[in-house]
Amino acid sequence: MAGETEAAPWVERGLRAALGTGVLGLIVLLWDLGVRGQWVLVFDIKMGYLPPPLDVARLTWDFAFGGVYDDAFSGTLWEHLWASTRRVLGGFALATALGVPLGVLMGRFRWVHAALDPAVNLFRPVPATAWVPLVLLIIGFGGQATIFLITLSAFFPILLNTVAAVREVPPRLVEAARMLGTRPAGVLLGVVVPAATSGIVSGLRIGLGLAWVILVLGEANGIDTGLGSMITLAREQVRTDRVVVGMIVIGMAGFLSDRALVHGLRLLFGRRPLVREA
Amino acid sequence: MSAPRPGAATPPATGPAPSLSRLTRHADAGRVLLEGVTKRYAARGAAGVDAVAGVDLEVAAGEFVAVVGASGCGKSTLLRILAGFEPATRGRVEVGGRPVTRPGPDRGVVFQDYGLFPWLTVAENVRFGLRQRRLPRGQRHRIAEEFIEVVGLTRFADRFPGELSGGMQQRVAIARVLANDPAVLLMDEPFGALDALTRTTMQHELRRLHRETGTTVLLVTHSIEEAVYLADRVVVMSGGAAHGVPGGIAEIVPVTLGEHRDVNAADFNELERRLSELVHAGHRPE
Repeated sequence: MAGETEAAPWVERGLRAALGTGVLGLIVLLWDLGVRGQWVLVFDIKMGYLPPPLDVARLTWDFAFGGVYDDAFSGTLWEHLWASTRRVLGGFALATALGVPLGVLMGRFRWVHAALDPAVNLFRPVPATAWVPLVLLIIGFGGQATIFLITLSAFFPILLNTVAAVREVPPRLVEAARMLGTRPAGVLLGVVVPAATSGIVSGLRIGLGLAWVILVLGEANGIDTGLGSMITLAREQVRTDRVVVGMIVIGMAGFLSDRALVHGLRLLFGRRPLVREA
Repeated sequence: MSAPRPGAATPPATGPAPSLSRLTRHADAGRVLLEGVTKRYAARGAAGVDAVAGVDLEVAAGEFVAVVGASGCGKSTLLRILAGFEPATRGRVEVGGRPVTRPGPDRGVVFQDYGLFPWLTVAENVRFGLRQRRLPRGQRHRIAEEFIEVVGLTRFADRFPGELSGGMQQRVAIARVLANDPAVLLMDEPFGALDALTRTTMQHELRRLHRETGTTVLLVTHSIEEAVYLADRVVVMSGGAAHGVPGGIAEIVPVTLGEHRDVNAADFNELERRLSELVHAGHRPE
């Protein structure tokens, strides 16, 4: 999309990137100064308890490739990341498979909406944290419980965004399709879904982001591989540095999965204007 | 999308010929009949409001009828009833001798805001209806190409509607319904959103298309000049909910100006003035 300034696009892109990395650099710098100076901030944050950024960088390297400390922790990142990614993708895929079709039906047919809306609104405010004890009792420890929690958490934003997007489909497009001889199923799949794609994609992105949030919660119990379990173990061993490394890796994984989703869809849609550019 | 379909192998002899002439259609397919048509909208806590009441109108196949009248007189309501978007509360509504119960490809609608599918290219928009009617792939492409050429957009076939001007988008919308071989063309202020110059061009083109296709046209418009320039008959509507009386037909005026009409000619202006008076008379509360 066109920028607000008159600068050439590459100049503007460069400036944006420089600004973004500048702020990130500033955060790392403040972090380093805070650790050295043993700052105590609001909420009684004791910066002195944090590992310095350089140590964290070294440990992250070791976590990924080994060769620095060579202990049980070294080089295990990929194993944990792979286990976590599988759970996130599994839960996210299930949530999408349920949330999008159900959302389309709820958005389009008021009887389906009337039937399901009360149930949705009753279950939606129950946070994933409140589900954990019940899930542990009725599913038990393990990957299944994590995938269930992720599915549950990603489902609602996907569903609600889909419902809203479908309700905002211009009635004119439905009229146009019908006067061209389109049957109801064709209207739903050929007009309503494409016209709602932008909103559905917003829901998917929120859902995928939430999936990584819930991952840590799900993997906190009875799982030995996964980034969440790695963080939980590090906390039990009071290894603040490993906790921070885990946080950074999850942050990166969440960020990269969002990019992958957006670029994947862009590849799928080509230059077809299905999604409004952010 | 480009996968070969089973239907692609069948000879294209079954469907309508991709030609502008409509010789194959039943002679009366384009006949429109409204008899005692009333549309009542439910109003909160009241008995309801009649948008139009007791409308009788017969349009012969191939005829071009324009409907004029002040805002709120129910002219768009009539068009929507004919399109099958809304049912009439009372009365008979028939197209081609069959009662109208729902929208269908025999009644192509051109909207003021085009109603194109923004995620489909020009060609895909034009093929949309043909696809719905399960025409073989080869035939779909041939018909679409032909009608895109008819509206002069061959160079823009692979563009998306958002990349085109308003006039071009409306041409796509017209090509889209014509490709579907409708018996009746229902147009609701089709050129209302266009600039004056584009509007004039589009009027010329619509006139030509009507002559070439012989499709019945019902055109709702604000512009009396447009009505006189294009129509065989002009229906003047009056009343409307704002006036406390239901909308209805005040007068039907035949346009006897022949084939070549000059908007600056004396007889043209005379007819325009007369219609204008009728519209304004109907605009005053009785």
